[in-house]
Formats: sequence, C-alpha cells, structure tokens
Amino acid sequence: MIKPAEIITLSFQTFRSHRMRSFLTMLGIIIGVSTVIAILSLIDGLNRSVASQINSLGSNTITVAKFTYGMGRADFEQLQRRKDLTMEDAEALKKLKSVRLVAPTLANNHITWLYYRQNKVNDVEVIGCTPEFFEVNNYSIVSGRPISADDVSRRRMVCVVGDYIVENLFPNESPIGKELKIRGRSLKIIGILDKKGSFFGQSLDNNIDVPITAIRKLFPRPQGFGRLFNSLTIGVLPKDPKKTDITMDDIRELLRRRRGLTLDQPDDFGLNTSEMLMTLFQNLTRVGFIAIVGIAGMSLIVGGIGIMNIMLVSVAERTREIGIRKAVGASNQNILLQFLIESVVLALIGGIIGIAIGILLAFLISAISPLKAGVALWMIMLGFGFSAAVGIFFGIYPARKASTLNPIEALRYE
Amino acid sequence: MAVICRAVDLYKTYWRGKVAVQALDGVSLEIVKNDYIAVMGPSGSGKSTLMHILGCLDAPTKGEYYLDDQLVSQMSDDSLAKIRNRYIGFVFQNFSLLPRLNALDNISLPLIYAGVGRKERLEKSKAILEKVGLADRMNHRPNELSGGECQRVAVGRALVTDPKIIFADEPTGNLDSKTGMEIMTMFDQLVNEGHTIVIVTHDLTVGKRAKKMIKIMDGKVAI
Repeated sequence: MIKPAEIITLSFQTFRSHRMRSFLTMLGIIIGVSTVIAILSLIDGLNRSVASQINSLGSNTITVAKFTYGMGRADFEQLQRRKDLTMEDAEALKKLKSVRLVAPTLANNHITWLYYRQNKVNDVEVIGCTPEFFEVNNYSIVSGRPISADDVSRRRMVCVVGDYIVENLFPNESPIGKELKIRGRSLKIIGILDKKGSFFGQSLDNNIDVPITAIRKLFPRPQGFGRLFNSLTIGVLPKDPKKTDITMDDIRELLRRRRGLTLDQPDDFGLNTSEMLMTLFQNLTRVGFIAIVGIAGMSLIVGGIGIMNIMLVSVAERTREIGIRKAVGASNQNILLQFLIESVVLALIGGIIGIAIGILLAFLISAISPLKAGVALWMIMLGFGFSAAVGIFFGIYPARKASTLNPIEALRYE
Repeated sequence: MAVICRAVDLYKTYWRGKVAVQALDGVSLEIVKNDYIAVMGPSGSGKSTLMHILGCLDAPTKGEYYLDDQLVSQMSDDSLAKIRNRYIGFVFQNFSLLPRLNALDNISLPLIYAGVGRKERLEKSKAILEKVGLADRMNHRPNELSGGECQRVAVGRALVTDPKIIFADEPTGNLDSKTGMEIMTMFDQLVNEGHTIVIVTHDLTVGKRAKKMIKIMDGKVAI
C-alpha cells in the first residue's frame, strides 16, 4: 500500500505548481479561522480580566441588597413596595453561626465636583460604612486609620478617602488631618485607602467612606424615586469560604423570617455574589460569542465551497493524470486518498495561517485598545479541527469523483 | 511455453446512445512467454478495445480472460488495479507521462503504488533509466525532453515493475520514423532479453518487426 506520507508530499507538489490558486482557495478558511481565533481570544481575555476584577471586589463576599443582579423585567410597582434593609437586619445577620463579618453600607450618594483649595475632582461616591467595610471589600489602609466603632457610635464627621481623591486633591501633601467640605459641612480625613484600580471602567478609588451614622448629616433621606436606593446594602463574609451556599441559605432563612414571608411568597430581597456577577457577564459575552461563531462558521462554509470548487476544477484538469495513475496500478482508494488529502492539507494550511493571523490580530487589538487577549490551546485545536473537518467534508465529493473515473476515458481525455 | 494471456470468446459491446457497437465479437487468443506480437487493424476495428481488456483496463461484456492463470474478467476495479500494477506495463502513443514529475519520478510511479520503499524505488528507477539510456536526463521534466526521450521514459516506466507482459499502443505514432525505429529496436532488444511484448498498431513497418501478427477486423480475429 502507498504510504500517506507519499501522498502528502504529492499534494505539496501540486500546491507548489499552483501557488496563487492554492492561496486563493485557502483565503476563505484563513479569514474564517482567523476571525474565530481573534474573537475567541479577545472574549477569553475579557472574561479573565473581568474575573480578576470581580475577585478584587472580594470574591467570597455575599452582598445582601434590596435587589438582585440582573433582575430582568421585574414588576416595578412590587419592587417599590419592597422593605428596606435596616441596621436591625445587619445586627441579626451578625448572630448567624455561619457568618464571620457583616458590613452594612449606605451607598449611592454622589458628588459631581469636590474641591480642595484650587484642586478639584469629579464624580465622588460617599459611602456610609462600619469598621467591617474595609475587610469585607478588600480595601487596605495605607496610612492613617480606618473608621472605628467609636466613630460610628458617636456619629463623628470623619472619613477615609480613596487613592483617586488623594492623587487629585492632595498631589503634594499628606491629606491626613485635612478637612474636606461636602455640602457645607466639614469632614476630617483620618485614613487613606490603597489603590484598587477600576471595575468595568469605573474607578474603585473615588470613594469617601464615612461612619454610617454620619451620612444622613450630609445626605438627607432621599424622597420620591430615590427612595428605591434608601436601603442598606449589607456585605457578608462567610465563616467558611468554601461553604458560601450554606451561609446564603442561613441568610435567606433569617431574612424571610424577619420579613414574615410565607412559603409561597418569593424573596423580597437580593442575595448577590461575585460568582453571580461573573455568570451575568458570561451570559452577556456568550451571546456575542455565539453570533461570532455563527458568522465565522458561515465563512468557513464559504471557504469549504471554495475548496470544493477548486478541487473539482483540479480533478477535471488532471483527468489524464488520474488515467495514467490508474493504468500503472493506482486503485480507486489511492486516487480518493490523494485528492482527499490534498483538500485536507489545503484546508489545514489555511487553518494554520488563519490561526497565526488570528493570534496576531488579537494581540494587535490588545496592544492598541484596553482589551486583553488570551490565547488558549483549545482555540488552536478548535481552529485546526474546524479546518480539517471542512477539508474532509468539502473534499470528499471531488475526491470520489476522481476515484471513480474510468481509466480508459481518463487516458483519452485531452 | 508458459501461457501468460488466454482469452476465450471475448465480447465487448458499447452503447453510443441507443445504438449498440460491437467492438469485440468473439475473440479468442493465447499469448505465451517471450511472444512478440503485433495486433493490427484499421481504426475502429476493435484493436484498442482488445488491448484495453488484455491490459486489464476494461472488462469484457462476455467471455473469459485469464492472465497468469487467474480469471481476471470478473475482478473488481481495485483487484484489476493490482493486476495492472504487478503484471502489466503500458506504453502509449502520447507517452502519458506526468508533466510535473521528472524522468526519474515518472519511472518510479508504478513502484509507489506497489508499496516499494523510497530507497529501493530510487535504485530500481535509476537502473532502468540507465537501461533506456537516459541516465543524464534524470532530473528533466517531460517538456524538457524530446519525443523519443519521452517514449523511452515511458518504456522505462513500463519495465520498472518487471511485468509479465508489456502492451504498447501505437508507440511510434507520435514520433518521426527515425526515432520510431529506435524505439522499435529497443523493443526487439527487450524481447531478446526474454520480455513479452504486444504492440497495437496500424503501421505495417512496425507490425513487421514483431514475430507474430494478429489482424483484427470488425471485432474478430482475421486470419
């Protein structure tokens, strides 16, 4: 039997004598595979960077809030009627056995412009918090001290500020002990947070953290539509990070009891984890992913048809060659394999070029944009597998046609 | 003498649309080892069809054909391919070389399908190339060779598997008379060395070089 290696050598001979045509044939595959690889690696890179960002928020933290992440089309009227989460709820959560730390916060209070002498900073969030806030949210203090229990109970007008504010308002001096003016009232800076970066383009360092008991001195209880955001958001750190589920069940049970929900009523509060946030995000990217794979799949089909077309031309052109080969002893199977391997090799070369261009493209995009590319082995295997499959699928018909040619007629063909 | 080919009452019918063409009409013959036969007849007489069947490129509609005592008239395509590869060598009028392969690779083509390893293939093909006097043309492609040289490569390709029988279909038809005679001299020599050769031709000067002549008329052997 003729060895496959011989046939592969043979197909390379064919490509060498038809360089331009072979390249044009491969173009469809090249475009398809390179698009898939580039998009996949960008999506993968995006998912990874989001995962690491979400982890920076505090990976095991359970966030108890009035609403759930990605609630979708909920009944607005019903949402408005939901009970706020209160300090009493937070105190009750602290007593749960599976809970290590509880950090109630009052967020969603924004200042558009904050000034200190001639410096100013845009978009600052003021968060009312307790001492547990810093550990639960992965913040560390680089200088000064955090909000203490004493600050909370005495409703002191003190604050801890994020790196972004320090950079912009106090470029050349230590902010510790300085006073910020917010809505006509003075806030004394007692501590500075370490830089944390951004999350989805939103800075995590633009916050001013004040005792939760002091925030209503600055921002009065919201009215009207804003009432929706009057509720506490409570960060909970489970005792055993591996048993987040148990802690969530305990929290759910406790809150349902406190709110007097009957068995047939759904939860009227939200339990959120970073994992859910991740899932939410992955669902978003999956849609794009499926769309892209669909489009790329089409271009692979077009590429495959191109291969089939050229192989058919090639079979017609080489009818005499097929006749000669058969006359000297090539079996139908030999001829079938020769043409099939030719189309597979053609598709695979296209695939390899496509993979290379795709990776290059992904890194090029990540070099000029904030997106990060992450190339994984499975993508390369996928590109390889896809192009081989296209080569076989679209090569089988021309190859069969070649193999069943009658040797006498093929020899007579001019 | 050992019988190589034995044809018993061969019929071959072609269909041209709805019209049946009787290309072979009951042909029986025997070819023994070291025969040097010219099959002659006008065009359309069925001599090419006979050669195709004897050369296992085609199967008869009716009748039995034995090659080396094997009944090949009923064999499958792939079995016939094997038979052609092992027992038969072909030389065609238009040389039928692969244009992209050089002389050496053209000669070694049948050995690829015989599953002969690369090294042995090269050795055998080089020896054959020397035998047909083209050792210095090894790396030339058919379009770089003269007609006579091409036909010598073709003869080399027919010889390389050491076949039981060689069929030559109008081997001098595309050559001038001088080079044609050179090829014929080569055939004479091969027969002297013990080869068995069947030449299909309508050229009497070629036919006369053979030791036996079989005339075909209207699909029948004419005495």
